[in-house]
Amino acid sequence: MILKNLRLSLVLLLICGIAYPLAMTGVAQVIMPAQASGSLITDASGKVVGSELIGQTFTDPKYFWGRISSIDNNASGSGSNNYAPSNPALIERTQKDIAAFLAANPGVKQEDIPADLLTNSASGLDPHISPKAAQIQVARVAKARNLEPVQLQALIEANTDGRSLGVFGEPRVNVVKLNLALDELKK
Amino acid sequence: MDFLQIALVLVVLFVLAIPMGKYLARSFSLETTRLDRVFGGVEKAIYKLSGIRVADMTWKQYAMAVLVSNISMVAIAYLLLRLQGMLPGNPSGIAAMEPLLSFNTAVSFLTNTNLQHYSGESGLSYLSQMLVIIYLMFTTPATGIAVVMAFMRGLTGQRSIGNYYVDLVRAHTRVLIPLAIVVTLLLVTQGVPQTMEPTATATTISGTEQQIARGPVASLVSIKHLGTNGGGFFGVNSSHPFENPTPLTNVIEILSMFLIPAALPFAFGFMAKSRKQGWVIFGAMFAMFLAFLVTAYANEVNGNPALERAGLSQVMGSMEGKEVRFGIAQSALFTAVTTAATTGTVNNMHDTLTPLGGLVPLGEMMLNCVFGGDGVGTINILMYAILAVFLAGLMVGRTPEFLGRKIEGKEMKLIAIAILVHPLIILAPTAIALATEMGSSAVSNPGFHGISQVLYEYTSSAANNGSGFEGLGDNTPFWNISTGLVMLFGRYVSIITMLAVAGSLLAKTPVPETMGTLRTDNSVFTVILIATVVIVGALTFLPVLALGPIAEWLTIR
Repeated sequence: MILKNLRLSLVLLLICGIAYPLAMTGVAQVIMPAQASGSLITDASGKVVGSELIGQTFTDPKYFWGRISSIDNNASGSGSNNYAPSNPALIERTQKDIAAFLAANPGVKQEDIPADLLTNSASGLDPHISPKAAQIQVARVAKARNLEPVQLQALIEANTDGRSLGVFGEPRVNVVKLNLALDELKK
Repeated sequence: MDFLQIALVLVVLFVLAIPMGKYLARSFSLETTRLDRVFGGVEKAIYKLSGIRVADMTWKQYAMAVLVSNISMVAIAYLLLRLQGMLPGNPSGIAAMEPLLSFNTAVSFLTNTNLQHYSGESGLSYLSQMLVIIYLMFTTPATGIAVVMAFMRGLTGQRSIGNYYVDLVRAHTRVLIPLAIVVTLLLVTQGVPQTMEPTATATTISGTEQQIARGPVASLVSIKHLGTNGGGFFGVNSSHPFENPTPLTNVIEILSMFLIPAALPFAFGFMAKSRKQGWVIFGAMFAMFLAFLVTAYANEVNGNPALERAGLSQVMGSMEGKEVRFGIAQSALFTAVTTAATTGTVNNMHDTLTPLGGLVPLGEMMLNCVFGGDGVGTINILMYAILAVFLAGLMVGRTPEFLGRKIEGKEMKLIAIAILVHPLIILAPTAIALATEMGSSAVSNPGFHGISQVLYEYTSSAANNGSGFEGLGDNTPFWNISTGLVMLFGRYVSIITMLAVAGSLLAKTPVPETMGTLRTDNSVFTVILIATVVIVGALTFLPVLALGPIAEWLTIR
């Protein structure tokens, strides 16, 4: 009986553990190679500059900033601090970030800062911010780059994804793609 | 818009679940069906390769077959984890997993729990992800589906309880593999990677170097949900943009993990030749689910009062530990579904949920029958149904019968064991962990939330869910051993006792329905069933909930 069970386990192992994932990899690589390889973005010289789906860290005033990442968007791992809502460390971090954001963005009122911008995403790799979180940074980026705010508005719009099928999820701005587009603009 | 997108997902679920229930009932029929012509060839080849005979079993043979096959699976999994450093399929050069963590991981995936005390990116080679994780992600829900089919055959008085090996193989060939192929390809269209290439290196826009882990992700994520498994390819599970890149994948993943648990009550109705009976069971689970969902959504959308006081507007809701693309609606829905179906995959960090929002996953896992995992959840709610018949029968002085079979002392004793074990294996280890240094040193958040973290870990283990309040530093010998044992008890005690109940009921001569029979196919029984679950299942946990989430809520509200 034990032998029979081992044989069955091995047969199922071959089907589910080897045949299925390898077949899926083959099919996916043939029909959708870009998505199946991680939606990587390459620059003109073919160098990989990131993935459309993975957030990057931006601290320079001339770029739009993304969400907080306790792992600094290091995508060899993933994670967050897992602060409970009652954790004093969460309050401390938030107060520090509010002060820093207000200092870097003069003219912004504290109550207008959208919550997504100063909270840690679940994955630590969230590439998106809310449209409001992009709007609130327009003045700073425009000033740092000597651009008209209207030019930035157009870029934000071009890099905003709506709800899926018009219903599901939230509208969002891809910060990685937006900043890439910003750098293109200069050339 | 929030209401609309949640309602739409539930409507689609509904539309899919009924035909799926019919399909399940037919797929596992003891009679010859047309499906045999489609799948019979492959199945016969598998029987032949494994040397299996397909004769009917007694409940004891069935239970023994479940145990022996599961032991051989866990042995294979453990060996592969220990040897992964020397095996091929390891482009990122990951070392062998140490013994206690290997024990915990093998048990965790064997029991359909998928509690992860390792992080996928750095802890497992691609070969282990495929041969251990994906493999067990198929076989354990298949085991659950097999056992529930045997149980339902017993309850509905079929020819026999069936043959475990036939059920196990059919769950693969007729249900899980075809669905997994479709869902995998859907996920890849949205950007979930499926590659054998190692970690990519990028030079970012700001000029720093970024390592981007990837791999055969889609083929794992599909079965992770379909099989109510829940263990992520990456550490942060389905909140990772590679596991769940768009709101559309979020909806696909929600539907995948809810489909089979929601279809099984209807399958039961078809097998019992009483569709109403299926609706009664589904209705009770759906009503409880809605109550949990509304609680989760309402609390998350209101935001965190502590952050509001710190000066951060909470108009968007509580966004700490959530992803922008999902927002509050898709996050709250995912949380309510993943712990109802005891999948344990997460698209937001449960540790960061508001106190009462975090009560929802805890509560659903404590009841363990709000849909529940593939197979086992349906077994649990049917167990409560038998208990409800017994209690209600005693109160109104009617003979306790369920589907024409008398419920007697033997069945009630077995059910009592299964019902009592669940709180015991949650509360006793929680108390031990909180009272000892080796347990409590893992707590990462101060105050009452620390109690919730410990409680969540054992509740998740006992319910074979696998999600966590992930701040807990749980990769230590104490946690690996204790949660490993809790997972084993949580899975096998109820499987074996319920197979015994099925065997015992099947052996009885059916009694004709009379005026004195308590009807179990109307809305009155739905209410009795919910009340039984709440009174028997929930009250046990009220004191500890008051110490954890409720106390935390009081401190920050």
